[in-house]
Amino acid sequence: MTTSTKSVRGLGAAGSGTQHHIRQRVSALALLILVPWFLYSVTSAMGAGYEGALAWMSKTYNAVPLILLISAALYHMRLGMEVVIEDYIGKTGTRQALLILNAFVVLVMFVAATLAVLGVWLGTNV
Amino acid sequence: MVELTLPKNSKIGKGKVWPKPEGATNLRAFKVYRYSPEAGGNPRWDTYWLDMDKCGPMVLDVLLYIKNKIDPTLAFRRSCREGICGSCAMNIGGNNTIACTKGWDEVAGNTISIAPLPHLPVVRDLIPDLTNFYAQHAYVQPYLKTDTPEPEKEWQQSPEDRDELDGMYECILCASCSTSCPSYWWNGDKYLGPAALLQAYRWLIDSRDEATGERLDDLEDPFKLYRCHTIMNCAQVCPKGLNPAKAIAKIKHMMVERVV
Repeated sequence: MTTSTKSVRGLGAAGSGTQHHIRQRVSALALLILVPWFLYSVTSAMGAGYEGALAWMSKTYNAVPLILLISAALYHMRLGMEVVIEDYIGKTGTRQALLILNAFVVLVMFVAATLAVLGVWLGTNV
Repeated sequence: MVELTLPKNSKIGKGKVWPKPEGATNLRAFKVYRYSPEAGGNPRWDTYWLDMDKCGPMVLDVLLYIKNKIDPTLAFRRSCREGICGSCAMNIGGNNTIACTKGWDEVAGNTISIAPLPHLPVVRDLIPDLTNFYAQHAYVQPYLKTDTPEPEKEWQQSPEDRDELDGMYECILCASCSTSCPSYWWNGDKYLGPAALLQAYRWLIDSRDEATGERLDDLEDPFKLYRCHTIMNCAQVCPKGLNPAKAIAKIKHMMVERVV
């Protein structure tokens, strides 16, 4: 038995949350610029097939914003998934495990996607 | 934690259908949530037919009519009957509001459902247990906090600074907003909820209060504050027309302001 005051106070305020809020907004801002660029650029490069896609990606002025897009999108996704997990998973242990899994999955996706772009770019430019 | 269906002991069964009044021409049905812990068993929907020509205009009049003339066992909270005490908050026709200022003719459909505020433990019939809700209000320390020695006469406030409190001091703590918020449903134990946060902001922007930083510290938490995802149910249901979501957004602004 605990009093309602004790349960509402819980372990006290965690002292975090604002950084998460700021990062989510700022990464959204980056995506607001990068996503339209990507859609525009990729649609105009479409139609040239596999070779065309390679040529598009090997251009430094495409590879750089593409890696930025991958970073911002995955980071934003990680932050968003954190919120979803915190919202819907009440059990502390499960929540913690899923938050760690989320971070790792995003990291793996980041490394894989970035290496793919870098591979193409390095293949043509070095 | 998300609960998409009611727990087994909360599933609502069919209840008693009371007879229609004889000779009435203006009939309307009210489906009322009934639960009595002493009787045991699950809650049920009881249906009451009312002759609307004999009943006052508000949903509270309907409930009083039922209690006085049909079924005295119906339990609900009420006090001021003019939208200032917040006692008669309940879910009417699917929306949280206060029964005393909600006209029954404003609710669509032939059968009007009346249930207690959602996602709270039920004490009896339409009476929810608000203990946790009040503790959350207490958590934000809703009173003036100062270190400067109290002035001889009074703490002064300019009319402009006083205007800042408009849209917040009017809150009657009826709990309609908090109990309409999905974030509060899923994490009501940790998220403070729109009502408490509206009051938190009311003291954060009070020009006389000197504990702004401490107050922000107490809210700097992924759950206590940041569970608000601007779903806006709170603003939609508030029977006083207030906007807790906006107040929460302003708290977030203050939080950001002290970091960057």
